[in-house]
Amino acid sequence: MHFLEVRALTKHFGGIRALEEVSFRARKGAIVSIIGPNGAGKTTLFNCLTGLTRPTKGKISLSGSDITGCPPHSVVALGIARTFQNIRLFRDMSVLENVLVSQHLRMRSGLFKVLFGHQTFLAEEEDAKYRALEYLELVGLDRKAEVTSFNLPYGDQRRLEIARALATEPALLLLDEPTAGMNPQETNEIMEIIKRLQKLGKTVILIEHDMRVVMGVSEMIIVLDHGVKIAEGTPAMIRNDPLVIEAYLGRSGVA
Amino acid sequence: MDRLSLVIRRSLLRSVMISFWFAILFLPFMGLRASLIFFVLLSLVLFSVVLLKGYIKMSTERFRSAVQNVCALRRFTLGFSAARYLIIFFLLLFPLFARDYLLDVAVLAGIYVILALGLNIVVGFAGLLNLGFVAFYAVGAYSYALLNVKLGLTFWQALPLCLTFTTLSGFVLAIPALRLRGDYLAIVTLGFGEIVRLILNNWDALTGGPNGVSGVAPPSLLGMSMGQLSKYYYIVVAAGLLTCVAVRRVRSSRIGRAWIAIREDEIGASSMGINTMRYKLYSFAFGSFWAGLAGILFAAKMRFVSPESFTFMESVLILCMVILGGLGSIGGVILGSVILVILPEVLREVQSYRMLALGMGLILMMIFRPQGIFGGMGRDAR
Repeated sequence: MHFLEVRALTKHFGGIRALEEVSFRARKGAIVSIIGPNGAGKTTLFNCLTGLTRPTKGKISLSGSDITGCPPHSVVALGIARTFQNIRLFRDMSVLENVLVSQHLRMRSGLFKVLFGHQTFLAEEEDAKYRALEYLELVGLDRKAEVTSFNLPYGDQRRLEIARALATEPALLLLDEPTAGMNPQETNEIMEIIKRLQKLGKTVILIEHDMRVVMGVSEMIIVLDHGVKIAEGTPAMIRNDPLVIEAYLGRSGVA
Repeated sequence: MDRLSLVIRRSLLRSVMISFWFAILFLPFMGLRASLIFFVLLSLVLFSVVLLKGYIKMSTERFRSAVQNVCALRRFTLGFSAARYLIIFFLLLFPLFARDYLLDVAVLAGIYVILALGLNIVVGFAGLLNLGFVAFYAVGAYSYALLNVKLGLTFWQALPLCLTFTTLSGFVLAIPALRLRGDYLAIVTLGFGEIVRLILNNWDALTGGPNGVSGVAPPSLLGMSMGQLSKYYYIVVAAGLLTCVAVRRVRSSRIGRAWIAIREDEIGASSMGINTMRYKLYSFAFGSFWAGLAGILFAAKMRFVSPESFTFMESVLILCMVILGGLGSIGGVILGSVILVILPEVLREVQSYRMLALGMGLILMMIFRPQGIFGGMGRDAR
């Protein structure tokens, strides 16, 4: 049994074939990169994995249980969390609150406990805040906990997205272009964070365009082009794969 | 320097345009000369306000961003909690020196505060535009009136039944309506509001049609009738405070955070494990709960209910209260509803201009502070 198994995943939007029979497996604790030119179906793959779009065909299973077509909130409960390419933070909320939101599933207090200020509710809130600060510390945002997330600089917003996804306590974390628009130093910090995630025992799948990141952190790389998986393997294998060089890196082969 | 002159020119243009527009509006009422004077005065006032605002903003910007990071929020809430006790103290002593007229306005304001806080849950927290909120107000008011008049239940006996019934009606509307989003949801809720009013207006056998239900009993407490205004006032204050506390608590719990998350980004919220459909349902039900409470208080105060009190304009008024105060801000919504209840009373002297002034105030508000009085504190630094 594999930790994550995607079998013949297909997604058509009308006549457009966003994904065509994509299959892959990931072991627990791996860092997998998905690369491919724009419009290759990378984000659609993420959307299928997280239940935001229902695949036309195919099967996704996590730790042996079938999660194909589950609604997004159940997918989170099963242990998959994600970040978004176009940042989707809760803009009017503080940084801390953003991370509190994603602990929603772990918290249990119902309406009546909340209304009466029950002890378990208060303890749970304290605990959630404590955890939230821990996650923020992991991405280096603990000092900005009270800032409204809207006012954060761009790089911090991306890091907050990671902290927020992490707070759902996922086993599998999907990062959609975590270093997009970042300068080299910020990119290095993100790479550090990704490695830290691996040490925490998380499996990470990331969509990434920055080859330095892809080659630097991933154990396995999957290459998509026009919705089809054209290659899969270790960074060294991918770097020398002629199909990939042609489709993705260009004929000159310069990354 | 160049940028500054551009800003000045732009704000001058803006003030002149706004005043010109208002002057045209005033023309039929006040004649050409008065409108012209009004135009000049308003442009000057607006222009100086805009400049002053810009100046203050420029000089405080750096300071504010530094403070905000550290402690602004905390200090702000601290100052608030001290003010809160003062306000409660004042509210408790109010009937000792207020005339009946003032008490009447205060009771009305209290009822609207509850209503607006209820609507704020739906519109302000969960971000679902509900234009038929008055329907739940009506359901609450009528269910108490009917239970009391037809079945002879007392206020306290009817209270839980009415609240349950109103909450359920919120659920019932929400289940089909929540399949829709944005504008479509607004239209469906608007339709629901009208349906409820028309049913009340036409079901003569049960609701008495346009004649309404009269002879509704006021509540009694410990064998003492609370019908007298100065006593009833305390019931409304208690209910109002209860609403504030409850809404505040829920706002700061996982439920409230889920609502706000849905408002801010629904896809983001669902990807954080929030069952968005369920929480939207909750917001409708929880909001209508408070509308029901307000309705019961209204029926018991007026001792009479008729469909006239529950028109679409009433929904709009409640929505205005929420927007004026600032969507999602509890303090703002309370302030907004108090202002919108008191303002027409203050402006009673100038009867015919009352609605005009109110409309003008709202428009100015939308131009200069679209987020409401207290809304979007965090975004202010933009």
